[in-house]
Amino acid sequence: MPGRFAPWLMSAPALALFVALLLVPLGMTFVLSFHAFGFYTGIETTVDLANYIDVLSDGYFHEIFARTFGIALVTTLLCAAIGTPEAYFLYRMRSRWRSALLLVVIGPLLISVVVRTLGWAILLGNRGVINTALMDLELITRPIKMMYTTGGIVIALVHVMIPFMVIAVWAALHRQDPATEQAAESLGAGPATIFFRVVLPQAMPGVLSGSLIVFSLSASAFATPAILGGRRVKVVSTTVYDEFLNTLNWPLGAAIAMLLLVAVLLVMVSWNRLVERRFAQVFG
Amino acid sequence: MAFLELTGLTKRFGEVTAVEDFDLTVERGEFVSLLGPSGCGKTTTLQMIAGFEQPTAGSITLEGRDLVAVKARNRGIGIVFQSYALFPHMTVAQNVAFGLEMRKVAPAERQRRVEQALALVHLEALAGRYPRAMSGGQRQRVALARALVIEPEILLLDEPLSNLDAKLREEMQLELRGIQQRMGVTTILVTHDQTEAMALSDRVAVMHRGRLVQVADPLQAYENPLTDFVSSFLGKTNRLEGRVLERQSGGCRVAVGETTFEAPPPPDEAAAGGGRVIVSIRPEKVEFRPAGAGLVEGRAAARIFLGDHWLYQVETPLGVLLVIRQNAGPAEVETGGSVGLAWDPAQVRLLPYEAQA
Repeated sequence: MPGRFAPWLMSAPALALFVALLLVPLGMTFVLSFHAFGFYTGIETTVDLANYIDVLSDGYFHEIFARTFGIALVTTLLCAAIGTPEAYFLYRMRSRWRSALLLVVIGPLLISVVVRTLGWAILLGNRGVINTALMDLELITRPIKMMYTTGGIVIALVHVMIPFMVIAVWAALHRQDPATEQAAESLGAGPATIFFRVVLPQAMPGVLSGSLIVFSLSASAFATPAILGGRRVKVVSTTVYDEFLNTLNWPLGAAIAMLLLVAVLLVMVSWNRLVERRFAQVFG
Repeated sequence: MAFLELTGLTKRFGEVTAVEDFDLTVERGEFVSLLGPSGCGKTTTLQMIAGFEQPTAGSITLEGRDLVAVKARNRGIGIVFQSYALFPHMTVAQNVAFGLEMRKVAPAERQRRVEQALALVHLEALAGRYPRAMSGGQRQRVALARALVIEPEILLLDEPLSNLDAKLREEMQLELRGIQQRMGVTTILVTHDQTEAMALSDRVAVMHRGRLVQVADPLQAYENPLTDFVSSFLGKTNRLEGRVLERQSGGCRVAVGETTFEAPPPPDEAAAGGGRVIVSIRPEKVEFRPAGAGLVEGRAAARIFLGDHWLYQVETPLGVLLVIRQNAGPAEVETGGSVGLAWDPAQVRLLPYEAQA
């Protein structure tokens, strides 16, 4: 019976998957966050805002949230600063080199984040490759502390996230008219002026959408901060993990998770608003 | 010394030769069109003048100065691109001001010259708009203003009108020609549209397969093409393969199939080719005669009304001939009617024989 149910029927498999794998767990986490947890009684099915009040009024959690968003922000800025010129170089390259180097940029996505992060752990440790090399060269006498620091987490996150930025900027660069660069050149602009006055402004929507992806992924990243930050440099996602699996305080963990979700959503929505208002009249 | 001189200009991309041994001189203030089908090397030539491509061989000089060694950004050439290539993130005024900013013109002076340039193309009112919010014709004008405001030594136009609809294109042609003459700027237009080239230029340079075939003023190129290619590319023509029978004083007699008629003297190449020539007769030079009184006899197979003129297809022993007659009252011949065709022998053109491309 083809009719007005047909579209629903056709999207039913995808909808079922979406509901079963995303909406149901999310809804259950949401409900869980209002329950209470007793050390001897376990999860009690009461409903109040105690968990949220705990998190929002505790300086310990404030610090963790601030650190998480700080790491995400710095990672985003670094990704934009490195990824944008990188995408432009790729865009300007001869096609033979370009496909090879594009694979180099995107290749890391084919390897598990855990493996890549363990690679960074080997490099950054006190007896890691970098410190050993610097000490052997007698440039330093004691190892520089890089493991279990926010700096270490940022370095590894930038490496993990940069393909997303490159791809976003790359797509934006391909939408622009290549003749605009020639036009600027014929009007007397040098390479730097062309990049900053003509190419970058046109690629800006790509930089901004790439930033959005990188920021939200960094703010909710788990593997990298878990391995490189450990228990000493906690971020929100590792805190949630600890609440669930170490303290077994599931309701509190659920509340923290919900707060992270809402915070990231707020940042994304307001960022999107800002971008759209800025570019509506130019690019539409 | 000519203003702009291209000598022996050649460009190869690997095995492919895009432009070969191209010679052209352009006088100050002249409007020259590079005309040819796509892939004839006209755009590559333009890119070399602009400095976006390095010639493989040959030289480009401007008032005797070598241009090849000069970077594109220092050549002082204004370019209007086919896509207009406006900066989408800048307003019209900012677009036009860009070249002046690069030249470090003082803000007050810059403002004055931007206003002047926008007035030239009648866009004063839209200075604050973004290109996105403009029509194709308006963007075209902005591109022109942006190229002219830097007072370029040479203005290069790369198929500037090809993205406009027919009516607007005609308007812009007249306007472009007017502006070019008022400013007196030396202009090179690249186009595949022969009517555009003829309408705008002082001289057309017809290119074919990377080579320059003929440079002449539009009327000369149309009336006295040097090759079969030029005669077919510029306007319509009846192209026939013929043979020179005998030379006469001031002309010769040619045969096309069984039919023979008078023609002007054949080209020198004809003798080497055993007298084979291409006979070209423009459709508008052919006249109707009563049946039996023409140089050839035929039957009007089709007639198309085109407003100011009629286009006839007439089946003759020579093949199907095109005839164009002015719309000056009722049609002279009905479809299916027998008719004679005649022409002034002086209007026939004999060209060196080439196999049809």
